[in-house]
Amino acid sequence: MIRFRDVSKWYGSFQVLDACNLEVNKGEVVVVCGPSGSGKSTLIKCANGLEPFQKGELTVDGISVGARGTNLPKLRARVGMVFQHFELFPHMSIRDNLALAQVKVLGRGRDEAVAKGLKLLDRVGLAAQAGKFPGQLSGGQQQRVAIARALAMDPICMLFDEPTSALDPEMINEVLEVMVELAREGMTMMCVTHEMGFAQKVAHRVVFMDQGRIVEDAPKAEFFGTPRSERAQLFLSKILHHV
Amino acid sequence: MYDFDWSSIPGALPILASGALITLKITATAIVVGILWGTLLAVARMSGRSWLAWPAAAYVNLFRSVPLVMVILWFYLIVPQLLRRGLDIPASYDIRMASGLVAFALFESAYYSEIIRAGIQSVSKGQVSAALALGMTGGQAMRLVVLPQAFRNMVPLLLTQAIILFQDTSLVYVIGLADFFGSAYKVGDRDGRLVELLLFAGFLYFLACFGASVLVRRLQRRVAA
Repeated sequence: MIRFRDVSKWYGSFQVLDACNLEVNKGEVVVVCGPSGSGKSTLIKCANGLEPFQKGELTVDGISVGARGTNLPKLRARVGMVFQHFELFPHMSIRDNLALAQVKVLGRGRDEAVAKGLKLLDRVGLAAQAGKFPGQLSGGQQQRVAIARALAMDPICMLFDEPTSALDPEMINEVLEVMVELAREGMTMMCVTHEMGFAQKVAHRVVFMDQGRIVEDAPKAEFFGTPRSERAQLFLSKILHHV
Repeated sequence: MYDFDWSSIPGALPILASGALITLKITATAIVVGILWGTLLAVARMSGRSWLAWPAAAYVNLFRSVPLVMVILWFYLIVPQLLRRGLDIPASYDIRMASGLVAFALFESAYYSEIIRAGIQSVSKGQVSAALALGMTGGQAMRLVVLPQAFRNMVPLLLTQAIILFQDTSLVYVIGLADFFGSAYKVGDRDGRLVELLLFAGFLYFLACFGASVLVRRLQRRVAA
């Protein structure tokens, strides 16, 4: 579904991604972790063309993301993305946040789009909030709305860029629960996250990044059981203290 | 001690009212055109395409570096010539109003475009990313997501600029256009009561502008809250 082939990226002379190879197959949940500044957010933003890259090849559902002729808006409409800071549109109601792209991008009728939005809002447990504005919701609620907004586009896969990093601790679980449910339904997911509990629960594979390189890419059990690289061992020993 | 005589003011009110109408007309036109044209200029400057950005930047810098009075005069001297030649307007037609409107609209656009540019920059990049990630084009992201938020942030500044503009319209006296200030001057000159008329006009300018800025400040507090 998502395939990185030797993807490299530079900011000026600084290399942020160094020949990254990664494959996310249909129905798979891949968790990307690593210390801050390791390039994992940049990597996931390359997947839908939000960040350009200079070398290598990247395809989503067989379509090349980096190629000149690719219709990026059309491709992005099929790839859901959830951001660290939710990025709901603050000037419109939750209902309109969910309906906007359905109407303007997919060309759905407004009634259909609103109905679909409400259905998904109900699914993330927020049906009662449709008339409110983003600023009136808690962080956890906003992130659940953001997930529903992405799902309203009927995406073929979902990208999560540190979806719980900006949340207060007591709100992390309500967002993770939605993500776990999504994973169990068979959604293809690429998740940048430090939530190792989430990875242990639903990930098929865990990818560890350091200094722009993919250092380790292993099935979940192997990654947590016997990580090969020293860097990953060190990272895990630090982070697992908190789980 | 100067001997004030306010008796010529009541009779002057109808003339002052028609002058005020011209003032308001110029102000309103310059605000509307200024915001529309200024938005296009701001978007062009931020488009990242040099063939769009460069002329827009040149336009803004040119108008911001020249005194308004001179712009008004230039347009008065040049625009009528062009219009007469192009549109076949009879020489008797009074073109001062048209050239005043054009001068103010084009001049204010430069200032509005800078306010709007700052407003656009005040919207976080994450918002654009989110809009693009949902499949919107750059244009849709700007129109549906960025500009509505930018304008909300800008309202106080846009209104403050409108107040300045309202006062600056008095400069049309240089082309003999009788706006509110111009009419007050004419009546005062005619009746030999210039001091009283100008004090009266100044007082009304003060009321309008001070009242408006109090409202803006109140609005600002509401936007910030």
